[in-house]
Amino acid sequence: MNGSPDRAVVLDNVTLAYDGNPAVRNLSGAFIRGSLTAIVGPNGSGKSTLMKGMAGLLRPAAGLIRSAGQVGGTIAYLPQHAEIERGFPISVLQTVLLGHWRRIGWTGGATRKLRERAQQALAAVGLEGFERRPVETLSAGQFQRVLFARLIAQDAGLILLDEPLAAVDWRTSEDLLRLIASWQQEGRTVAAVLHDLDQVRAYFPETLLLACEPVAWGPTRDVLMPRNLRRARRVAETWSGNAGHHWTDPESWATPALQRDHRVIENKSGPLWQDGVGSDRSVR
Amino acid sequence: MTLYDLVFGPFAEFGFMRRALVGCMALALGGGPVGTLLVLRRMSLMGDALSHAVLPGAALGFIFGGLSLPAMSTGGAAAGLAVALLSGLVTRLTPLREDASFAAFYLISLALGVLLVSTHGSNLDLLHLLFGSILSVNDTALILIGVVATITLLTLAAIWRPLVVECFDPGFLRAVDGRGGLVHTIFLALVVLNLVAGFQALGTLMAVGLMMLPAAAARFWVRELCTLSAASSALGFASGFLGLLLSYHLDLPSGPSIVLVAGIAYVISVLVGPRASLRTLRLRRRWSPS
Repeated sequence: MNGSPDRAVVLDNVTLAYDGNPAVRNLSGAFIRGSLTAIVGPNGSGKSTLMKGMAGLLRPAAGLIRSAGQVGGTIAYLPQHAEIERGFPISVLQTVLLGHWRRIGWTGGATRKLRERAQQALAAVGLEGFERRPVETLSAGQFQRVLFARLIAQDAGLILLDEPLAAVDWRTSEDLLRLIASWQQEGRTVAAVLHDLDQVRAYFPETLLLACEPVAWGPTRDVLMPRNLRRARRVAETWSGNAGHHWTDPESWATPALQRDHRVIENKSGPLWQDGVGSDRSVR
Repeated sequence: MTLYDLVFGPFAEFGFMRRALVGCMALALGGGPVGTLLVLRRMSLMGDALSHAVLPGAALGFIFGGLSLPAMSTGGAAAGLAVALLSGLVTRLTPLREDASFAAFYLISLALGVLLVSTHGSNLDLLHLLFGSILSVNDTALILIGVVATITLLTLAAIWRPLVVECFDPGFLRAVDGRGGLVHTIFLALVVLNLVAGFQALGTLMAVGLMMLPAAAARFWVRELCTLSAASSALGFASGFLGLLLSYHLDLPSGPSIVLVAGIAYVISVLVGPRASLRTLRLRRRWSPS
């Protein structure tokens, strides 16, 4: 398996571990260049770990991750609950300009052209006129838009998003999903960890279903079959040692109708996976 | 006695007062931005820890070189850097958090320092090390302080952007630039250098005061990062000026006077500063519809 030109990232029997405890096991496959892939799975199934591995922040305990020959040769990575100091005295425009890091580095100045690009990025996320606002005055949704504008400025060939819609309102998540879809049309490769299976079905052509080990990877329609989701749940329980009752009934998160019902109650994504979070914590 | 005599007379008349004032100015120049970044990085207490960590090195320098500034400064810088690097190492290699590993090392070195001084020197020496004496700042000390301020400002200019990004969004810096750890280490070294520069004048315990108090106070006046740094430098210098005058007229020890003036400035800022101080919070509550 080598980095053939149509493959943005190649995973060759990859195992990723924290302190010797594997979080992702024996994952092989490839993200095709220009593909838009959702990564889903029960909590603790190694989705974030895989993102870190692909971003180059975690060395595989075994196997190889190759991300060869990107458009522009770069990776942009938006971590989950970014450890961002929201009260920091920095403006919206300055934050977006950081996306040009590869060009300006430690000491380079932001040229007029880079400024204009940053402003265009802000316009693309619907924050025109916010340039001078301090980030501490933004709402969670607006701040996430700023981070997306910074991703645009990074102009990367491979974009990795770890739960990018976890804390934002419905309107923002719709806008950002459209933006993500537009990145694919620009020829970028996008992989995003998501919880809301409806969003995955609506926007993501490809899906990787992960439960520490890969359960299914391919066209979303085929991957998100109840059979696969049930299997993911079983495998995850085996790995995490959770008893079955800590999870909601597999049918419920495998059935789109029921998911939508949940979303009517709570406009946030994936209440069913979230249930998993709660029980996870209560176990520990 | 005219106002001129009160305010400028001591400096016009006495060389040691002028040197002390210039020393304060140089200390405030470097200490302003360093203190501001310490506050923003939530490392205020680490500055304190490092200031204690300087003590055993300075004591060793004192034992071997007597009351010689180069010996004590070299020793102090070496001890401070060692604590910074060792606790950084422990933080990286073990699950212990940075504040805990810093606390551990600084307690060890503080005990070691006090032990060294008390077995090899008199109480007066210990007092001098702990609280300094700005009025005995000589030309060598002034040059040292000036050199440190210069190095601090030049280095900050070079690492400003990654340093700022590392406090704002460390995850982003890790993803785009692998040298965040290096930047952090350089910054800690700057903190140590500034503490060493300050300890001759203010003592190891007071040196951190001229760094942290103005920086903490400035947060209540301005918002932007550069204005924050400038404001804390200005506040630091003003504290030095007023503190020296107080200590001259009322015959008080200079180090604590300077730090206390900075402390008063801090308390005033918390109470009535225009940004998020207690006054503005009360006003906001009164105006908000209930």
